[in-house]
Amino acid sequence: MGRHVVLIEDEPNITEAIRFLLMRDGWSVDAHTDGATAVEVIRDAGPDLVILDLMLPGKSGLEIVRELRALEGMQALPVLMLTARGQMRDREMAEKAGVTRFMTKPFSNAEVLTAVRDLHAQAGQG
Amino acid sequence: MARDTLTGSRIRERRLILGMRQAELAREAGISASYLNLIEHNRRRIGGKLLVGIAGVLGVEPSMLSEGAEAALISTLREAAADSGVPVAELDRVDEFAGRFPGWAEVLAAGHRRISTLERTVETLSDRLTHDPNLAASVHEVLSTAAAIRSTASILAETGELEPEWRDRFHKNLNQDSLRLSESSRVLVSFLDEDGSGADRRGMPQEEAEVFFQNSGFHFPALEDGSATPEDLVRDEPDLTGEAARSLAQAALAQYQSDARAMPLQALEQEISASGINPVALAGRFNCGLPVVLRRLAALPEEVLSQEAGLVICDASGTLLFRKPVTGFAMPRFGASCPLWPLYTALVNPNVPVRRNVVQHGRNAAAFDCMATAWMQKQPDFGEDPLYRAVMLILPGAKDAEDPQPVGASCRICPRQACPARREPSILKEEF
Repeated sequence: MGRHVVLIEDEPNITEAIRFLLMRDGWSVDAHTDGATAVEVIRDAGPDLVILDLMLPGKSGLEIVRELRALEGMQALPVLMLTARGQMRDREMAEKAGVTRFMTKPFSNAEVLTAVRDLHAQAGQG
Repeated sequence: MARDTLTGSRIRERRLILGMRQAELAREAGISASYLNLIEHNRRRIGGKLLVGIAGVLGVEPSMLSEGAEAALISTLREAAADSGVPVAELDRVDEFAGRFPGWAEVLAAGHRRISTLERTVETLSDRLTHDPNLAASVHEVLSTAAAIRSTASILAETGELEPEWRDRFHKNLNQDSLRLSESSRVLVSFLDEDGSGADRRGMPQEEAEVFFQNSGFHFPALEDGSATPEDLVRDEPDLTGEAARSLAQAALAQYQSDARAMPLQALEQEISASGINPVALAGRFNCGLPVVLRRLAALPEEVLSQEAGLVICDASGTLLFRKPVTGFAMPRFGASCPLWPLYTALVNPNVPVRRNVVQHGRNAAAFDCMATAWMQKQPDFGEDPLYRAVMLILPGAKDAEDPQPVGASCRICPRQACPARREPSILKEEF
């Protein structure tokens, strides 16, 4: 059974790079750009992991996570949040909203891969 | 020690200032030196005839000795003690300190007031850096682009064998992102560019007036239908904290009101809908000057104009008096703008309509249709020099953009080193 990640990111070239990295690592990647439909997309796709930008058109990453966590069966879904805002306050807000891990831009490919593998392993699916 | 018990300290202070010996003052006041000594050390209360007598000898009003330092000074000293963060053992003797050393007390109080002012400035600037949406958007853009470049470059450098299709795609992305990074960095530098003359920029009148206009979308329905006056709109407006800002905003609104009367919204809307945006034809149709038309077009809601429109107005010195931003066209926040703007061509050719397609260097080659003209502010008297102002309407998506004229935002953030119009070195490198 392949590992499946939903990536919500409005920067197409970041999406392309992450998609390439994860596909090489054995993941199937379902990429979307719109924050407004993200919750439905994630719910319907039922991924093993979500990678989410904080600032998205339509709906912010924090709102998406809050709504996601309120859905049945979505409490333990690992969510990796990518953001250009790395202040302590932003981290705290992300944690409060239900983000599993917080990663500030610009990140390295190795950091993303390590985070994805760790989160997946911690979720007991690895 | 209460203030009214410090009369003796003040007598002593005044006597020493005058260089008078204690015995001398005592003799002139008709009391013994030892009694005066007790008074001066606040061990004997003094009032009535004796106080008046001593005040007369010392050449001051009796109240100067009995009331002493102003309550405000005492209050400021208490605040200074409280704000110092360390316990002040002699806090209960603040009255005595102010009474005996009024000069030093005033120095301390002035220092405390200055610290408070500076702290407010720091708070304001810090708040601006933290919450300014323009700055946040610029930083986000730079960091996101840097993230894309870093990831893509790592893939290209670290992946051993890359399929040609992926490789070509990543090369293309890298090229796109490097252009974006130079663009977004320039916007960020532009934002941070300031001449350092205003410590608290939010308190600058012009900036406050601009925020007021931005928050209203540069359109004021109440002035269009005559239900309010410029005075009504600026009164109690929270964005306008100072009288200077209110005055600037009110003057701009008065211009708006006058333009709206010359070109009523409904008629203008119908004309644009029928014939498009043709400023010279509109000037003829409404029997008004071209400056009115250009200002009026920029004040229309986007749905009426069917597109964005920016506007700049400068005075005869070239200083920008009014700015309505438009996406993709950088305008300096502070200092002078690019002398190559058609605005300035119009300024030196009054009443001549100037129309140019321009492109800002390195800004994704987006061309702008710029229409400008200069007008005389008021009819000068014989022997009086005329004063001109110029206005430039900036419309995105120039139609005939075959060979647009390159311009910048301001010299400090323009990388074109060899530009003949350059007036100061750029902080950017040519290849930036």
